[in-house]
Formats: sequence, structure tokens, C-alpha cells
Amino acid sequence: MPPLLEVRGLHTEFRTGAGVVRAVDGVSFSVDPGETIAVVGESGSGKSVTALSVLRLVADPPGRITEGQILFDGRDLLDLSPAEMREIRGRDIGMVFQEPMTSLNPVLTISRQITETLEQHQGADRVSAERRALELLQMVGIADPARRLKQYPHQLSGGMRQRVMIAVALACNPKLIIADEPTTALDVTIQAQILELMKSLTHELNVAQIIITHNLGVVARYASRVNVMYAGRIVEAGEADAIYHDPRHPYTMALLGSVPRLDRPRRARLDPVEGQPPDLTRLDGGCAFRPRCRFAVEQCAQARPPLAPAGTGGHLAACFRSAEVGAARDVAA
Amino acid sequence: MSAVAAAPPLLEVRGLAMHFPISEGIVLSRKVGDVKAVDGVDFSIARGETLGLVGESGCGKTTTGRCILRLEKPTAGEILFDGRDVNRMERRELTALRRRMQVIFQDPYSSLNPRMKVGEIIAEPIKVHGVEPDGRRRRERVRELLSVCGLDPNFTDRYPHEMSGGQRQRVGIARALALDPEFIVCDEAVSALDVSIQAQVVNLLEDLRERFRLTYLFIAHDLSVVRHLCQRVAVMYLGRIVEMAESDELFDNPLHPYTQALLSAVPIPDPRVEAARAFRVTKGEVPSPINPPSGCVFHPRCPMAVAGCSVSRPALRELRPGHWVACSEAS
Repeated sequence: MPPLLEVRGLHTEFRTGAGVVRAVDGVSFSVDPGETIAVVGESGSGKSVTALSVLRLVADPPGRITEGQILFDGRDLLDLSPAEMREIRGRDIGMVFQEPMTSLNPVLTISRQITETLEQHQGADRVSAERRALELLQMVGIADPARRLKQYPHQLSGGMRQRVMIAVALACNPKLIIADEPTTALDVTIQAQILELMKSLTHELNVAQIIITHNLGVVARYASRVNVMYAGRIVEAGEADAIYHDPRHPYTMALLGSVPRLDRPRRARLDPVEGQPPDLTRLDGGCAFRPRCRFAVEQCAQARPPLAPAGTGGHLAACFRSAEVGAARDVAA
Repeated sequence: MSAVAAAPPLLEVRGLAMHFPISEGIVLSRKVGDVKAVDGVDFSIARGETLGLVGESGCGKTTTGRCILRLEKPTAGEILFDGRDVNRMERRELTALRRRMQVIFQDPYSSLNPRMKVGEIIAEPIKVHGVEPDGRRRRERVRELLSVCGLDPNFTDRYPHEMSGGQRQRVGIARALALDPEFIVCDEAVSALDVSIQAQVVNLLEDLRERFRLTYLFIAHDLSVVRHLCQRVAVMYLGRIVEMAESDELFDNPLHPYTQALLSAVPIPDPRVEAARAFRVTKGEVPSPINPPSGCVFHPRCPMAVAGCSVSRPALRELRPGHWVACSEAS
């Protein structure tokens, strides 16, 4: 089966006062139909810009997609006209963003937020759109949906607003949902509710999902495959189990080591990733993680390592020393 | 432990309540209700101890911290710092108190004045309190504070926007340390930081605690960080403490259904552990503090609730030595 989405060699840059920032610098990944994958990274790693690029929502200027292909369902989204792209967004690809307060229109009722999408994309009439909106609210677990439809976003709690976002995203039976930090603004018990809801609905409706997050726990709970980003590139990709139990990039390994875990005995000290995140306007020709890396050697300053097979399965790592990284983990374990 | 318990606590909070009035009408404004942000909270912190205060948004943890710092005047209750009630202090005594008690805020972007250089930001409390009138010595002190916090002493001439989030938070910590305080309220001090930087700052806070024998009130929602950093932990829900115990005891043996719900909601960064985990979603959302549920405030969401839970509010009971739980069903 061909992948539903295949991103190949995507480059997105921003022209800023401080210089050109290559926010996404040659990113390739794919999503199969019905599959949930994760893109993990810290602030500035390029994970959100990757998502916005797939949706062609990068503001131009200052941003621009300079290279690459985004093959969705057999078509390159980069070849589509703005009008064609508007049809894909919201119909074939649903979106759930971090801040439901700012991504819902504050002056529209909840009903209108949902019916607008249905009328736009499916040519539904008012009555049938409203009936469908009610169904959708029930589906996402909102109590007393008839009353909620008449309300405005500010009258709903954060968790409920995110449920409405999910209802909007699912309204036109999309094939893919891109969720950018969908639960970061929510409390932990509500986060669990929303993620479980997204998991069961995407499974039931066979919708593929890209979860973009910095939360390694959320990824472990929900994603089958994981892409780890650093400084605009994917530095490691593979099955979730391989990424967590056999990391081959020093950044992934350091990141996993730096989080305190509730299921393990308390450690005397945390092992942080030393140093500061890179300044994307000042990257040189070497590996961007090199200044913080305990495996770095001379070669790492010469060239940026390509994403290459490491370990078994489809496991990839962008590190000249991925074999040593794997061996070091074995020693530590 | 027993030696710590015997000494008088550095901070003691008794029956703290903070109700914010809600008023209606612009010209003839009248009070129509209260937001009971903090509604009867008791705890104490020993010298050198770190107490974690955890809970979800709106549980009152930040308001509790602000009352302790006397940034809010509480509706009821006492806050005894070194035996003296913070709320009864005169201006002069309060100024002296501010030197001993400092705060580190969550957001390193909005808690530093963008128009001031890092050196000025850290020197300001020293100047305000007249600790070091000599300019040259004050600058030396600022450089020393920067290096204590793991920053290059030459950063004094930088502006906050020239630094990363982690570096800015270190500036906030250096400012809090400038007056040699005994007690620091850390309000979500590492929450805004990236994972790789968060661990650096957590380690720094631990080092500083040992080096300067600091006492922390560590307010946070991230349970794994709280477990790592705190000796004792209090869990808040809707303005009240529902459980309080030594950190290891609380996390190994949570007795309140809300604490159990919180712990089970936190995903563990390991797909094998997650796949094997029995996981139950807690229903419902946190109710409004304007009109909290009767009896136990958690009862509408509680899987263990019985008829009596909606009638009377359970008091904190010591079910095991040092382990306090406000639940009539817990045992």
C-alpha cells in the first residue's frame, strides 16, 4: 500500500533581520493510511513549521518553501493552486492546534464553527449541517450538545474547546489529522481525556494522524513511529520501541536521559543535555548537535551527517557515530 | 526526619483562605459571589526542606504562593514566617522580610524587564534594599551571582532578548539569590523550559539549595519534576489540600483518588511501559471555584465516591505517619 502522505526533501526558510533561518532543512517522512506517527522536538526544532508546510500555511513573506515534494494521496500539494489547497485543508486533512482559544473564531457560535466547514467542503445545507454538528459534538463527548452548539468559545472550558476543534477536524471525514501540540495547554487529566478521544476516534474512523509534540510521554503512549527533530532536520526516525529502547542518535539518547520518570526510582541527579539550543542563523557545515554532543569527533565538524540506516527495521539516524551510540547504551544498560 | 520535625518550621500556613469577590454592575457595583481560590489550607515547611505544591490550573497553588509572599492579602488564615505573621507586619518589617523571601516565576520572557540589561536586573534588588551602596562592589557581586547560576559573568551587558529561555531563567534565579534569601517560592520555575534545558535548571536549583541552605516552596504541575526535587509534596484540588506526604510515600502509595488519577494520567516516556499499563481516564473537568461541589469537592469525578461524599467535607487525616489524606473512603 502506498503511503497516504510522503514528504520528500522539504526545505522551508524564513528571511529575518538576523539572516536566513532554515527552519526545515531537508525533511523526509511518510504516513501510512490509518497510522499515527509523531514528530518530536524542542522549541525551534522545526516541527511546527514542518506541519504548517504540509498544510501550506507558512506565511510568505517571511517564510517560503524552497524545495521538496509533499505527496498526499498521489498529488504533490506544492503544485496545487491556493484554491485547490483550500479544498484539501479541512476536507482531506484536518487540523488540531495547540491553543483552542485562538484557533476557534471568538465571534462565531460553536454550531457555526462546525457548519461552516460542512457547507464549504460538502455543500451541505444549513439544516443537515446543523444536524451533523450535533452528531459530531456527541461523538467527541460533549455533554448537553444542543445547548453547547448555541454558545461561543469563551463559554467553554479549554478541554471542551479542544473537543470542538477535534469535531471540526473530523467533520468532513478527513484521511489525515495533523495535531500540533494538541494537549500542551491542557491539564494532565484533561490531556489524557483528549488524547484517548483522538486515539479512539482516529482508530474507529481509520484516520491517519501526525502528532507534533515535545512531550516524550505522549509520544510513547500514542505513536507507532517517531521522527525526532533537531535544528530543522530529522535526526532519528523509526519504530517507537526502537527509538526509546535503542536510540542511535546522541540527541535522542540525551533527551530520554534528561527526563525524570515516575516509574523509576528517584535519581540523585538528572543528566541534562548540556549547552544551549543552536542559533539557527549561525549553523555551520557540521552537525548542529556537535557542540552539545559527548560523542562528537573531528568528522562531525566537516559535514552534516545524513539520515542513514542504524540498527534494525526502518531505523534511521543522522549521526556518524550511531554505532558507538548504540554500543554505549548497551554498556550503560 | 525527627530532628527536622522537632525544630520550629521556617514557614507555617494555618487556615489560609483567599476569596476573590465577583462584582456585577459598573456604577452600582455589588458583590454577587466569591471565587474561592484558596479555601482553608494548612502546611508547614522546615528549614532546608523543599515542599512541592502540585495540582491542575485553578487549584489555588499559585495564589497560595502569592499569599505567602504577601502579593495578595488573604481573606483568612495566618502565614507565620520564622514565627511572625506576615499579614500583621508593618511596612518596615515587611521590607526586611522581602530580603529573606524571594520568588522565581514561570515565564522567563515576561518576568525580566526587556529594557534593562542583565546586570541591572540582578543589581536592582541589591540597590533597592541598600545592601551594597558601592557601585564597583555591586558589579562584582552581580558577576559572582551570574557565575553561581552557570552563566558567563560577561553577560551583564546583554539584554534578555539576546538570551535563550534557559539562560533567562538563570538570570531570574540570580536575581532571586541577590539578597541571600532563606526561602524561595519557585512558581512553575522550570515549566516553560524545553526538556533538555529543564534538567539543567532543576540541577541548578538543587545545587543552590545545598550551597546556600535554601528552603523552597516548589509550585508545579509536572509531577515527575516535583518527585525529583521535593522532600514532601502537597496535592491541591479546587483550593484545598487533598493529600500531603513525604515525596517517596506519596508517589509510591497515593491514597487520595485524585492523586491516583493525576499519577495515572501522566504518560511515561517508554512505549513498553505504556503498552502494559492499565490506564483509566478520569471523567469530567475541574468544577468552578465560584460554586464548588458540596461535601468533598472531588466527589463528582471520583470513582470511589459514596453517598456521604456529597454531604460532608472530609478533613485531612493522618492515615500513616506523616501521610495526610482528605478522603473518607481512603484507608
